[in-house]
Amino acid sequence: MPKITYIESTGEQRTIDVQKGLSVMEGAIQNKIPGIDADCGGGMACATCHVYVKEEWFNKLPKAEDGEQDMIDMAYEPKKNSRLSCQLIVSDELDGMVVTTPTKQT
Amino acid sequence: MIKTDVVIVGAGPVGLFAVHQLGIKGLKSEVIDNLDKAGGQCIELYPDKPIYDIAGIPECTGEELTKNLLDQIKPFKTNFHFNERVQEIKNDGNNWILKTSKNKIFSSPNIIIAGGVGSFEPRKLSVKDAEKYEDKNVFYSVTDKNKFKGKKISIFGGGDSALDWALELSKIANVTLIHRREEFRGAPHTLGELKKIGKVDIKTKYQLASIEGGEKIKSINIKSDDGKETQIETDYILSFFGLIMKLGPISEWGLNMDKKTIKVNTENFETNKKGIFAIGDICTYPGKLKLILSGFHEGALASVECFKRARPNEKYRFEFTTSSKEIQARLGVKNK
Ligand SMILES: Cc1cc2nc3c(=O)[nH]c(=O)nc-3n(C[C@H](O)[C@H](O)[C@H](O)COP(=O)(O)OP(=O)(O)OC[C@H]3O[C@@H](n4cnc5c(N)ncnc54)[C@H](O)[C@@H]3O)c2cc1C
Ligand code: FES
Repeated sequence: MPKITYIESTGEQRTIDVQKGLSVMEGAIQNKIPGIDADCGGGMACATCHVYVKEEWFNKLPKAEDGEQDMIDMAYEPKKNSRLSCQLIVSDELDGMVVTTPTKQT
Repeated sequence: MIKTDVVIVGAGPVGLFAVHQLGIKGLKSEVIDNLDKAGGQCIELYPDKPIYDIAGIPECTGEELTKNLLDQIKPFKTNFHFNERVQEIKNDGNNWILKTSKNKIFSSPNIIIAGGVGSFEPRKLSVKDAEKYEDKNVFYSVTDKNKFKGKKISIFGGGDSALDWALELSKIANVTLIHRREEFRGAPHTLGELKKIGKVDIKTKYQLASIEGGEKIKSINIKSDDGKETQIETDYILSFFGLIMKLGPISEWGLNMDKKTIKVNTENFETNKKGIFAIGDICTYPGKLKLILSGFHEGALASVECFKRARPNEKYRFEFTTSSKEIQARLGVKNK
């Protein structure tokens, strides 16, 4: 199973095996990773699953669609490497990906 | 004080259908929602998106579903209390006393919490001091545009609210519109108009970095992705970053919670407090699915227990809508 590393804003780091086909958000929720709220349950309607993706991985991801960009506008402290983790589907190519959660989601 | 059989917290799809399930049993309910209209997530987050998994309705949008639910409960002439958040609940013998943010008081043997993921509230600015200036120099909606006359206004956001207010206020004030990217989510023709008229200073690829001032705001600093900072003289900040769901006071009511959800007993969707029920997205139990159809079922079961508490001297009888004359009378059906 691909491994995804979630780093909290405090620096706390957890590496989790996430099943292929699940989103990075689902991986976090199922494993009770703090820092990802996902209030709309993956509907791309809340931006509380916002993460920063480490540069080298960010460039490997399929580009965010307009709807995702629109939601990121409303996220807490968006940056260049911001994505919504509910839109990132785990695959073998993303094995080892590292994401950081913002200081808070709302 | 408003006395009723059931107070429903939340006018989302699940709260609306609960009105129906209570109504056909002859129970009166009052519905309170923080939003200015009914529909919850369906109306606020996806009014135009089609839903395909409402039983018996192959396809309908969030807005259509809301309208249909409202039509279905019309016979019960339910009172809605919008723009009010339920703040406090306290016990009073067999009844519960609720207080809203507008200090309205309700008394009822039953409370059904159909609060979804919490009440919808504007997303606030995160920079230091934004809170200090809130409602004085920082606003998340416009109630009286005249106060902005001749002033320097900095508007944040990329959606329709930001664009519309930039255009409208540019007629009476000095407006700067700030957005984090070049693309705007709002209607292209409003943006086109803004650019054509040329009165609004549009700064893209910038975000708010800090607010400067004493009693009042003097200026703001905005920062670009590459770290460039610019100062803008500002009297008022308007920020339009949409709505967010905040659990809010519900977490302080002494209910058994699991993160942002309330644990219930699946026989009647009662919480750990007698007479307080939780249905829809806000409740949790083993196997819970956050689906509208699940919420409908949960409301039906909760309504039976509400009946028992509101009518302790009557016996609850299970009946079908197709055959019960009593239910049909409550629904205003004219018998042929
Ligand atoms: C983009 C998207 C797509 C979806 N698609 C589907 C789908 O296809 N099928 C499906 O079944 N589900 C879908 N859902 C999920 C569905 O919308 C929810 O399950 C449903 O809205 C839950 O209804 P509810 O009435 O429990 O809560 P909500 O719809 O969240 O309504 C809760 C209401 O309670 C109010 N409230 C909360 N606390 C308070 C308080 N203290 N005082 C006053 N008011 C309060 C809130 O303002 C809100 O209006 C989707 C969700 C999203 C975001
Ligand atoms: S979970 Fe709401 S946008 Fe991702």
